[in-house]
Order: sequence, then structure tokens, then C-alpha cells
Amino acid sequence: MMDTTVKTTCETCPQFNANGLKRLGVNTENMDFVIALAGNPNTGKSTVFNALTGLHQHTGNWPGKTVVRAEGGFEYNDQKYKLVDLPGTYSLLSTSQDEEVARNFILFGKPDVTIIVVDASRLERNLNLVLQILEITDKAVLCLNLMDEAKRNKITIDERALSRELGIPVVPTSARFNKGIPELITTINEVANGTIKCKPHRIKNVPEHINKAVKKLTVEIEKQLPNIPNSRWIAFRLLEGDMHIIKALRNGELV
Amino acid sequence: MSELNNIENIIALSSDLRWQIGDDFHDNLAEGIYADASEIVENVVSTKGEKKSNRLDSKIDQIVTSRIWGFPIMFLLLGLILWLTIIGANYPSSMLANGLLDIVHPFLKSVAASIGMPWWLDGFLLDGVYLAVAWVIAVMLPPMAIFFPLFTLLEDFGYLPRVAFNLDYLFKKSGAHGKQALTMSMGFGCNAAGVVATRIIDSPRERLIAIITNNFSLCNGRWPTQILIATIFIGAVVPKSLSGIASVGAVIAIAILGIFFMFASSWALSKTVLKGEVSTFNLELPPYRPPRFWKTIYTSLIDRTMIVLWRAVIFAAPAGAIIWLISNIFIGDVSIAAWLIEAFDGFGFLLGLNGVILLAYVVAIPANEIVIPTILMLTVLVTGVVGGAGAGVMFELDSVNATGDILRAGGWTLLTAINLMLFSLLHNPCSTTIYTIYKETKSVKWTVVATVMPVIMGFVITFLVAQIWRLVF
Repeated sequence: MMDTTVKTTCETCPQFNANGLKRLGVNTENMDFVIALAGNPNTGKSTVFNALTGLHQHTGNWPGKTVVRAEGGFEYNDQKYKLVDLPGTYSLLSTSQDEEVARNFILFGKPDVTIIVVDASRLERNLNLVLQILEITDKAVLCLNLMDEAKRNKITIDERALSRELGIPVVPTSARFNKGIPELITTINEVANGTIKCKPHRIKNVPEHINKAVKKLTVEIEKQLPNIPNSRWIAFRLLEGDMHIIKALRNGELV
Repeated sequence: MSELNNIENIIALSSDLRWQIGDDFHDNLAEGIYADASEIVENVVSTKGEKKSNRLDSKIDQIVTSRIWGFPIMFLLLGLILWLTIIGANYPSSMLANGLLDIVHPFLKSVAASIGMPWWLDGFLLDGVYLAVAWVIAVMLPPMAIFFPLFTLLEDFGYLPRVAFNLDYLFKKSGAHGKQALTMSMGFGCNAAGVVATRIIDSPRERLIAIITNNFSLCNGRWPTQILIATIFIGAVVPKSLSGIASVGAVIAIAILGIFFMFASSWALSKTVLKGEVSTFNLELPPYRPPRFWKTIYTSLIDRTMIVLWRAVIFAAPAGAIIWLISNIFIGDVSIAAWLIEAFDGFGFLLGLNGVILLAYVVAIPANEIVIPTILMLTVLVTGVVGGAGAGVMFELDSVNATGDILRAGGWTLLTAINLMLFSLLHNPCSTTIYTIYKETKSVKWTVVATVMPVIMGFVITFLVAQIWRLVF
């Protein structure tokens, strides 16, 4: 309880904001880190994006508002971050254009950190995408947004337990009211610089016969491409017969 | 070489394994993810008591998406917004016009005279460029500054997906994708944005339908035209106490007509050149969120109003220059503008319009926002109702009534007004939208279809209305 009051004072303190965060707007030259912003439609990604960059991306309360990548920047502790707002998707398993934009960026754009924005009052539904993203990348932060709504609906979330389960840091926010944004920034900073090491959750409930096949394939992929974080996910996609991934594997785009 | 072979081996192995595990892999994986998700949630989330606001949400939804009330509420909300816009915009409009046209313009003229500016430069800059820009600001800014924030508040509250829900059935019937309701709503702001928004539709066939028919959503640039013309002409034929309601009714009728044309042409396209299955999708109705009132007002003023106004100004400045030039360059003893207007007049008469309106639509291809200012400038030029000095100078617009006086002096009737409203709905998209359609479809053919189809429809409809009107009255 005391913890929160301290934070709130910090948030309203102009010193903190002036010294810590510099919003760079659309100026994204010479960046140190690239940060992707992913999440389900209508969870407030664009609001988080605006809060971090100082830009005025149009926000609206309807799913599917952002269909193109929006880019902006901010500076924190003398390090420059480029932030990429991806289209909201429920999954990365299908092939509509907005899902491909999101998936391709996380996979081929190799962001230094992926912020996954979720609706705290609809966590279970949102986890579908979170778990898929965690198969692709091992540097992620969960932004537990719309905490105000969750509170209104009398939903409480054990953030530490959630963080333990997912293996990534969890930051509760209410981006519409600028709450939790400073904490989000410091967490991004720590993950980007490797101060926080993520051990992302990997999908467990896979039937045994599939798991065997996945393992077999993963071993082969890792033999060929050591050091890639998402060999298991590539195995999933190959078993699905994803032509896009097969092509990327042939071209060496996944390394 | 060996590396390549190894990769090929992996791919070969994957197809072997794919055969072994059978074709329910996708479902199995999806189920696995859901099982993981529910295990995690069980451990970390707890819900106390009844979800009060969810119950309220579903109560509201039961009403606003019900069979009986869904559509009336939709039209009522739109009507309320338009009514507030019409009532609210008149006074600031005349104030702006007073300031920019009656005070600033003469002042600039006198400054120009005192520094000995040549007449052609003074005319070109002050009577062409400045007046066009001033007129755009006076005519466009007040309705936009009221309409956009109100519309954004409704959007923030979460009402748009409910509109999509209500219209979904009609879209399916017309062979289009239900998400087209969302791109259509986007089009009510800006057609170029609406066209980009069609990316949420996965099926190329349905996406193309959504792109081609997006123009039937009245955009930013056209709402003020509709509102202004309805206020002047439709409001005038009924008793004064009813004029507000009559003008709102007329604008809503045009918007609904646009939606009707969108369904009709979607249906026609999906039955002819774009045949195919209708795909299904899940539409999530987001929770209602109390809009952050002041923040919404602020950002919609900055984002929408100012950006749209800026665009109008950018296009109005060169348009003003062109209008001044064509009305001051003479071939023989007739100016180019007068010559063009005369050339268009015959065809314009057939459509119940006139040469001025058609020429204005040519000049205004870059931006719909400048149609009315251009019409006013050109009308002043041909009718000789001169407020300032010399041909091509715009008349002083000190109120909506004065605009009406100019137009009536230009030979406008109720038929001209109605057909202008129809033609404003049914004509080619602005050049930005045309370019966006090309970028999104990468096809000259579909860009031409999307550009030409509405103009032809506009010609046909206004022609029919004009002929019937002249038979009856």
C-alpha cells in the first residue's frame, strides 16, 4: 500500500518526468533499442504508445483501429528507444494482413523488448496471444492495462504470481490516466539492458504425440540454427505447414 | 551447400511428422494454449461479487442492439450530433467571417495599397489566396470543431462496434463482410482512412468491395457542405420553428441514402464481378468506457479538426489562386472561368445543377472541403454580385443568410440545393482517397472503378431527380 503512494508522488513530480523521460515524438534516428507494442485489439496499445512518445495517435474504443505500424520514440537515462505500435490481434496463427504485420515484426524485426498490452479485466482471453508471443521472443514485458476497469469490476490480479507464471515482468497500468507509465519505462529499460532476465512460459498442455514430434524437430532446428530463441515455435509453424516460415527458413531470415 | 541440405532435411522431416500427427494439429495446439491460459488465470485472478458494470454493459447492449430500438437509437444519436452542430456553428461562423472578411481583408488591402503593390499581385494574393483560405476557415471550422469532438466522444464511449453489430445482418445480405461496418464508420471521418482501415478484412474479395464502396460514407469534407446547404435551403421551406429539425432531417436522409447506395452497390458487385462466399467473423463488443471528456475534446480538436482544417487550407490556397487567375485571364473579352462555366452550363442544367457547381467540383478534386468556398467565389464572379473590388473577389459572408443570398442570386433553387447535396454524396473520391485506393489495391482497374462508378451514379441520380422535379413542379 505504501509502495503505491510513493509511486504516485513520483508520477506527479515534474522532476521525475523531466529527468527520466524525454518524449521524442516521431523522431526515431539513432536508436539504441527497438521496442514492439503488441496486444489484443482494444486494450489501449495506442494509448500506451501516446503516453510514451507524446504523440497523438488517434485512439478509439473499437477493435481494429490500428492497422498500420505507427512508430515513435522516447529517451530514458540517455538511451534512445524506438517504439513500434503493432496492429491489435487475437492470435498470430492465421494469415490476415494485420496479424501478419504483427507477427512478422516480432519475428523478423527482432525487437529488443516486446511490450504485450493486455486488458486486465479480460486476462484469460488475452493470454492466448501472450503465450504465442512468448514462444517467439524471450524479451517481453506484460503491461497489465485498464487496471481501473478491472478494479471497477472487482477483479483482483496477483501480479507477482502472474509474473512468476509467465516468466516476464508484469507492470499494472491505467494508461488513460497516465498511471503506471513510469514503472513501465523503468521495466522496459531493465529488460532491454539485460538487468532483468526473462524465462518465458512455454506452452505446456500439448498432447504427447504432438510434443514428441515437436521435440524431434526442435532438436534438428537447434542443431542447424544454434542461439535462436524460438526453435520450438518454428517447429510448431513447420508442422502447421506455414509456407511463409518455410520460405524464411530457406532464405536464412530467421537467424 | 550442406547447410542448405540440412534446412531442406528439416523441412522434409517436418512434412513427414505432419503426416504422422494427423490434421488436428492446429486445433490441438489452440486447445493447449487455452488450457495453459485458464490454468494461469485460475492461480492469479480472483473476482469478488457480481460484475456490476458488466451487467450494466449488457443491459445497455440489449437496448442499443435490439431489433426494435437499434436503428432508431442510431439515427437519433446521429441526429442529435448534427443538430448540435447546426445550432452551434452559425454564430461563430458569422463572427469568423466578420473578422476575416470584413475587417482583416480591407486592412490587408489598404496595407498593400500603401506599399504600392501592383494590382495583379495584390489581387492574386489577397483576393485569390487569402480570401479562399479565409472563406474555408469561416465556413468549415465551426461545424468541424463541434461535429468531430462529439463524434469522437461517441467513439470513445464504445458505440461504433454496436453500429457494426446492428448493420452486420444487412452486410451479410449484400454479400459483404460485417467488418465493413467499421470501415464505413471510419469513412464518415475520412474516406482515405476508411480505405486503409479495410485491412482488417482478410478476404480480398470482401476487402475490395469495402474499398470501392467506402466513398458512400459522407466524409469530413462533405458534412459541412451538407449541413450548410440544408440549413440555407431545406430549413427555409418550412416554418422557422421547424427549420432546425428539417435541416437535420435532410442531412440524415442524405447519410442514410449513402448507406443505402453502399449496400446496393456492395450487393451489385458481389453478384457480378466480385462473386464469392461471405466469410464469418467474431466481433468483440468492447466494454463501455466513460470517455475522458476534456482529453477527448482536446485531442479531437488537435488531431481531427486542425488536421482536416489544415488540409483544407493547403488546398484552398492554390485553388483560390487558380480561381483568381482563371477569372482574370481573358480570352477575347471572356474570362477563362466564364468560358468554362458557360461550357459546363448545358450539362449542368440537365443534372439540375449549373456550370459553376460542375467547375467547382473540378477545381475541388484535391479536397471536398473547398467545394462551397469555390462555388461562392465563382458565383460571385458570374453573377457580378461584387462585394470587394473586381472580378474573382469573394463576396462578404457575414452570416449563413448572406451565403444563401449569393447562391440565390446565382440562380439557385430548391432543386439546385437538393441535387448539390446528392452530387456531394455521389461523386468521385478526393485525390488523396484515389491515391490511397491505388496504394491499397495496387490495381489501376479497381482504382478507376472506385473513382468513376460514383460519378456516373451521381450523374444518373441527379439527372433523374431533375427531370422528375421539372415534370412535377
